[in-house]
Amino acid sequence: MSNFTVVLKRELASYFATPLAYVFIVIFLMLTGVFTFFLGGFFENGQADLWAFFNFHPWLYLFLVPALSMRLWSEERKSGTIELLMTLPISLRDMVVGKFLAAWLFTGIALLLTFPLWMTVNYLGDPDNGAIMAGYLGSWMMSGAFLSIGSCISAATKNQVIAFILTAVVCFLFVMSGFNLVQEWFTGWALDWVVDAIAALSFLTHFNAIAKGVLDLRDVLYFIVIIIGWLVATGIVLDMKKAD
Amino acid sequence: MITVDKLTKQFGPFTAVDDLSFTVNPGEVLGFLGPNGAGKSTTMKMITGFLAPSSGQVTVYGHNTLDDSLKAREIMGYLPEGAPSYGDMTPLKFLRFIAEVRGFRGKELTRRVQTVVDALQLTSVLNQTIDTLSKGFKRRVGLAQAIIHDPKVLVLDEPTDGLDPNQKHEVRKLIQNLSKDKIVIISTHILEEVTAVCTRAMIIAGGKLLVDDTPQALEARSRFHGAIRLTLTHAGGALEQLQALDGVKSVESSGNGLSLIIFPETGASLFLPINDLLQKNNWEVHEFHVEKGKLDDVFRAITSGGDINE
Ligand SMILES: Nc1ncnc2c1ncn2[C@@H]1O[C@H](COP(=O)(O)OP(=O)(O)OP(=O)(O)O)[C@@H](O)[C@H]1O
Ligand SMILES: [Mg+2]
Repeated sequence: MSNFTVVLKRELASYFATPLAYVFIVIFLMLTGVFTFFLGGFFENGQADLWAFFNFHPWLYLFLVPALSMRLWSEERKSGTIELLMTLPISLRDMVVGKFLAAWLFTGIALLLTFPLWMTVNYLGDPDNGAIMAGYLGSWMMSGAFLSIGSCISAATKNQVIAFILTAVVCFLFVMSGFNLVQEWFTGWALDWVVDAIAALSFLTHFNAIAKGVLDLRDVLYFIVIIIGWLVATGIVLDMKKAD
Repeated sequence: MITVDKLTKQFGPFTAVDDLSFTVNPGEVLGFLGPNGAGKSTTMKMITGFLAPSSGQVTVYGHNTLDDSLKAREIMGYLPEGAPSYGDMTPLKFLRFIAEVRGFRGKELTRRVQTVVDALQLTSVLNQTIDTLSKGFKRRVGLAQAIIHDPKVLVLDEPTDGLDPNQKHEVRKLIQNLSKDKIVIISTHILEEVTAVCTRAMIIAGGKLLVDDTPQALEARSRFHGAIRLTLTHAGGALEQLQALDGVKSVESSGNGLSLIIFPETGASLFLPINDLLQKNNWEVHEFHVEKGKLDDVFRAITSGGDINE
């Protein structure tokens, strides 16, 4: 077992050592319920799918994921444990990836706990379970992208509140850039390829594609590239600013 | 062996460590002394590879702490200033985590953890979260973590800060009992500690190395080194007779002239001559001993730029 798994294990256990994990999971489940049934019109749609459920995930992640990611590095910096961690024989890559994966697995667990919804649609009708699987995968990939942004921002500050706000803002930009309103605002005066590039960068564009059940490798790849990019940035930020 | 070569650290325009060079050999216990803000912790952070030097370099048994930092970290144990540890873990889980990172598994891991738990007497708090431990126990958990892999090089930033006198004693014993081929670097504000455990002492101020010597030699720099402290029941001309003695440089008195400190000329030993004088005159003596010198005075004189012989 490499040190990366040791870091991952410790990190994941620390979620459950505090009320954080339980609070997060309960709120996540409550909000997905509220969004799906009341705002999403799950029953009114009359369709056996989980579109009403997945549709709200970007907005839900917008404030839930920063709450999870803000402590990734800020807390280590604030409490000084970063000095301990970084003088242990663990490579920077193992630390960054280990911590990130722990958080990502954790959101995965929260997502899996929404399985009663999946059972409900299967009870009520005859949904396309492949599409639902794709939706779950897309949602999880997107949560990873949010987390990787949060990881980088949390590495840059000791202050968890600042980490939270900045992460929410940056994630918001990544979500919004695919929104029709924003697209329309750019169309007409910006070059076509700029508009396309902005849309292509958006979480929403790729997530919607996957969540509708069209599992295109390029959409998955997009999230993987985003995640790797922000994790590399996390490493660079840590190396530069660890002692400040 | 640790080689520190022209080590410098700047924070913006401020120079925290200024062109420090020295080597430490196996078997040496090196004590860093210096006023607050001298650059002791910053130097230790660079030795352990946490901070990158602005210029200069550190090698630990041939491993550069920048390019070959993982190898260097493997053979070092480090107690950072303030003994940070994960507050939501228990000492047991925390120590198991460190042992696992250090590459131990299974029975060996359990044995290692047990050894340091015994050495630092942590049994009573093993399953209490670290956040709720007292300051001294937190420090002991930090120490346990640093020695768990029996490292060749041990860097301890103020290891006894916040410990009760018994625990201070235990920790000093622990450092003394480490096998003789290790390198230990400690920083401390407790000067007796230097005499008690260190084989070598460095005084640093303003990031610069001011003195590098054995604790005994440092004590010898004190004006009290070799002086005789004498308390008599009545004065009766003692002061004059003592001043007239061969090898006496000066005599200071206090408390109605009953408490005397007799300073020798350089290199002179006063014990026997004064003892003879006491017997000859049949003076009644309360106190009579030779001073070793006070590190406090030496420290103060060196770091405030004053003269030791004032
Ligand atoms: N990250 C930093 N940014 C700016 N200045 C710093 C930083 N870290 C340390 N310093 C400064 O460097 C100087 C040396 O600090 P250091 O912690 O090494 O002192 P020290 O000798 O360990 O003191 P003490 O005995 O109080 O522990 C101090 O003036 C401190 O303010
Ligand atoms: Mg210090």
